[in-house]
Parts: sequence; C-alpha cells; structure tokens
Amino acid sequence: MSSNRNTVPAQYHLTQSGQTVTLRATGDWTLKHVGDIDPVLTRDLEGLDYDNVQYDFSGVGKLDTAGAFMFARAVRIGPGERHKWEVIEGNQGQRTLMQAAADSVWGTPPKETRQWYDSLARIGIATERFCSEVIETLAFVGKFFAVIFKLIFKPTQIRWKSVIALIEEIGLNAAPIVMTLCFFIGAVIAYMGANLLASFGASVFMVDLVGVSVLRELAPIITAILIAGRSDSAFTAQIGAMKMRQEIDAMTVIGLDTFETLVVPRALACLVSLPILTFLGMMSGIFAGMLIAWLGGMDVSPILFFNRLNEVVGVKSFWVGMVKTPFFAVIIAVIGCRQGLAVTGSVESLGSRTTQSVVQSIFAVIAVNAIFAILFFQMGI
Amino acid sequence: MSGLYNDTAPPMEARGILTQFGENVIHENLDFRVEKGEIIGLVGGSGTGKSVLLNTMLGLKDPEGGTIRYFGRDRKDLNPEERAEINNDMGVLFQGGALFSSLTVRENIMVPFREHTDLPVPLIRELADMKIHMVGLPAQAATLYPSDLSGGMKKRAGLARSLALDPKLLFLDEPTAGLDPVGANAFDELILGLREAMDLTILMITHDLDSLYTICDRVAVLVDKRIAIADSLPKVQAYQHPWVQEYFGGPRSRAALTSGKT
Repeated sequence: MSSNRNTVPAQYHLTQSGQTVTLRATGDWTLKHVGDIDPVLTRDLEGLDYDNVQYDFSGVGKLDTAGAFMFARAVRIGPGERHKWEVIEGNQGQRTLMQAAADSVWGTPPKETRQWYDSLARIGIATERFCSEVIETLAFVGKFFAVIFKLIFKPTQIRWKSVIALIEEIGLNAAPIVMTLCFFIGAVIAYMGANLLASFGASVFMVDLVGVSVLRELAPIITAILIAGRSDSAFTAQIGAMKMRQEIDAMTVIGLDTFETLVVPRALACLVSLPILTFLGMMSGIFAGMLIAWLGGMDVSPILFFNRLNEVVGVKSFWVGMVKTPFFAVIIAVIGCRQGLAVTGSVESLGSRTTQSVVQSIFAVIAVNAIFAILFFQMGI
Repeated sequence: MSGLYNDTAPPMEARGILTQFGENVIHENLDFRVEKGEIIGLVGGSGTGKSVLLNTMLGLKDPEGGTIRYFGRDRKDLNPEERAEINNDMGVLFQGGALFSSLTVRENIMVPFREHTDLPVPLIRELADMKIHMVGLPAQAATLYPSDLSGGMKKRAGLARSLALDPKLLFLDEPTAGLDPVGANAFDELILGLREAMDLTILMITHDLDSLYTICDRVAVLVDKRIAIADSLPKVQAYQHPWVQEYFGGPRSRAALTSGKT
C-alpha cells in the first residue's frame, strides 16, 4: 500500500438490535483499504442473523465504488435476494454510490465453468476442426481453379499491376536469402559427401551427390519452405487485416471479386517467382559444391566437376526438380489466402490463422514432395 | 488533503500549448482549463486537432511548448511514481472502446485492478462485475469477448474499464458517435448518473449536439489553433466567429435545441 497520500484506515462498528443491524463506518473506504477490510467484514456479517441494515456514514471520509461495494456485502443474501437497507446518516454522494453498489449485488454474475470432461470436448472440437479445415481447403482449391479457368479466357481481367508488384515482393526480394541458403546447403552436402566417399577412395562421386540432391530435392524444397514462411505469413496477415477492417466486405459490396483481386494475383506471382527462385537456388547450391570440391582439399577441378555433372546427373534431374515448383507455388498461395480470408474480428484469430497458414503450407509442401518422390520412383525417373 | 493533490486546483489545466508536426502548426498558444466537477464538451471541426489535444492532455504526447498541470501540479515536475498515481486518477474512453480483444469484458475491467492493486482475484472479479452493472451492461456480458459485443455495449464496457480505479477525471472521445439516438441518450444519462455517484470531472470530445445541449456544463470550441471560447452554451452560441455561428446556427443544431427544450 502506498503511503504518500494521507488516508485514514477504514473501520466499522456493528450493532444489532432486534433484526436490524447498524453499521457505523469511519475512515476512508477506498480501493486502497478494501483488501484488508473485506475478509474481516465478511466474517463478521456471516455470524449475524438480521433482516434490515442501517448505514451510518457520518464518520466516513472518502468513499469510492470499491468501498461502497464493501458496505453492500451486508445487503446480499443470494441470487435475486437481498436485505432491506437504508442510509441513516450520509450525504447525497454517499447515498447515490450506496444505491449503485446495492443494486449491483442483486443478481448472480455468470461464472466461467470448468468441467472434468472439458479436455475430452476439446479433443472433439480439434478433430472436428481438422476435418472441416481439410474440406474447406479443398473447396477453396476447387474454387481457385474454377476462377483461374474463367480468367484464362479473359486475361484482361487479371490484375497485372498487382501481379508485377507481388512478383517483386515474393520473387526479387527473396532471391538473396534463397541463394544464400542454398549455397550453405550445397556446401554442407559437398563436405559430407567428400568425407564419406573419401574412405572408399571415391571422392569424385561427391559431384553426383551434390548434383542429384540439390537439383532434385534440396533447392526446390528449401525455396518452397522459405517462401512458405516468408510470403505465406504475409498473405495471411495482409488479407486478414483487410478482413478485420471490413475492407473485404467493402470489396464484395462494390462488386469486386475477392478471388480475382486478392487470390489470383498472389497465385500468379508465386507461379512466376517460385521456378525462378528455385533455379537461382540450384545454381547457387551447385556453385557451392563446385567450390568445395575444388578448394576444399578434394582437388576436383571445375572442368572435371562439370564434365562429371553432365555425364552422370544430366538435365533430367534439373527438370525433375523444376516440375514440382508450380505445385508448391499454388499450394503456398492458396493456403496463405484461404487462412487470411478465414480471419474473424479478433486479433487472436489473426495470430492463430497466420500460424496455421505457415504450418499448413510447409506441411503440404513436404507431403506433396513425398508424393512426387514416390511417383518418380515408380515411373523410374 | 495530501502533498500530491491540491483539491481546489483544476484537475487539468493547459497553458500556452504549442503542437506542431514539422512545419505544420496544430495548436498555438492554446489555453484550456477543466474545472472540478464539471462536464465540459470540446468541439471543433475535423482536422483541428481535437484528438491530438486529447493525447497531449493524457500525456501520450508531449507538446512542443507550454505546460500541462494536473490538480495544480506541472506534469514535468512529477516523478515517475507521482505520474503513475495521477494516471490512475484519470480514465479514458477511446473512440472504439479500445478493449483488449483477447480478454473477456470482465477480464478487461480486471486489468487495471491487477496492475495497480494487490487485492485478491475473487474480490477483483466482484468489483469488475459491479462496474459492469454500473455502466448498465447485462451480467451475461461479463464472459463475452469484445468481438461479440455491439458498438454501444463496447462503449459501455470501455467506460467500465476506464472507471475501474475510480478516476477523478474522465476523458471521453466521442462517446455517442456511432450509437443510435436512443442508445446515445441512454449513454448521456449514464454519464450524468456516474458523475453524481462518483464525483467525476468529465471532458468529452463530441459532435453530438444533443449531448452538448443536455449534459455539458460548459462547451469549449477549438478553432484557429486555440480554444477560442470555453463557456456556458448560450454564451458560446453568441460568440462571433464564422465557424461557431455555422456550427450552432445550422439546422441540426436548431433541431437539437428545440428537442432539448421540450
């Protein structure tokens, strides 16, 4: 309790005559003092049996709502029931405050209830939510393709300006980070390969390892995951904030199709950006492998590296990697936009939708990649 | 009464306020005083800096010049603890209610208690429920989230939070904007009732002429970068300034005036 205000501690005196209790209060009945007085007063009142309460406020200095609430404790019996009360001594302000306090103890406040079966209910809710998420995402994908096919015949309706702006944001601005990451990954693979293969005396096979792993798997997947984390969250946050400020509602009322204006440009931008970024990532990863092979103690010269690359890895691996990127692009754009449009009024839903959007898109990218791996294996590619 | 407070001094006084953003001067030589126990309305055209003035008075923004005094004390001379204590004596209702959207109404009102008192949580909950009742919300509203509330209920819940610690000075930013006339009247009544019960001093920014006519003791007009006049309504209406004449002479004002008289 702070003491730099001169306040007099709250005190009271209870007297009973017949069924009437008189509460004489002195001192300051303010928020600072109610913490001390509450348990004592509650206990004293519980010991009494009475029908009427009289208040004498003549000795009260300051009175605030918290203090008045303490007095009102004497009035309350239970839900919808209270004792009769009157203020026998007190000024107009104290009377008004007491009236407000006594009125407020009239009803029963609703309680936040916790039950033992709540955790089971939560499991059920989560399962239901998972199923509806899957269905809604698939429905969204379907709607997306319907709109895309409609737009193929009317390309002038595509908002090219925002597509270009988004390509800059998603593609160009992400290029440095994608290339840096793939460079590190390529270098790590090269070192690992060199170490393992040197024990067989077959260091030169590291070229195969770097080439195949970077081209077929690592560059596409790293790029997709990076864009899922970087741009997907941005899609959800942008569209979600628009939803919260009713911009989406305004667009619908004006007659703008949210799919055409928001989802399609983002998807097209992803479709253009992701293959280019993946290509840059591949080049950067191969370059890192070449540097390690040349300067890292393996004595594989760049000429030997590229000869071997052409001979063993070939252009097939490149195309195997590249063919996956449009699928990743659509997955990322569609999930990001769908989660953004699913945001409701609260700040919390914006946060949880952004999280979900990143988690779902990374999950989907990895799952689709696995399906491709099985397909290619079965096809013998 | 105490060292910090001078009970006879006006709760809030601004002298010679200068506010500018770069070259753009918003307020110049602005004097404004809120007297104890009154409800004062602040009016001014759009873009005259009413909200900036509110932020300056709240201490969210430091003016480029001039002094702000709370209860007779210059804001610059207060140490952090005194600042905190004076802040507890001021409540604000922001335009949209500014409720924390991740908390229920009851938890919203409990926030100031939790932060500034060391009362047990059950008691805080009861005090919060009392505030919910005092602003006229149904008891069921306690466990709702702000996104479940209507505009008027949000304002009432925001008011309940601003009243949590029994402030002496209450700032209301367009309290009746966005409410229907019935809701706006009820809100005006509520403010009058609370003033009586809690001994409040209230400054309200408003464009609602009905509120100005029915509940404000004085009206301050912000024109030409300063408070041109702050006085009772008849005197303000008689003030010779084109904007003031247009504001109070317009058809809306006449309608509000006649309905206020009957």
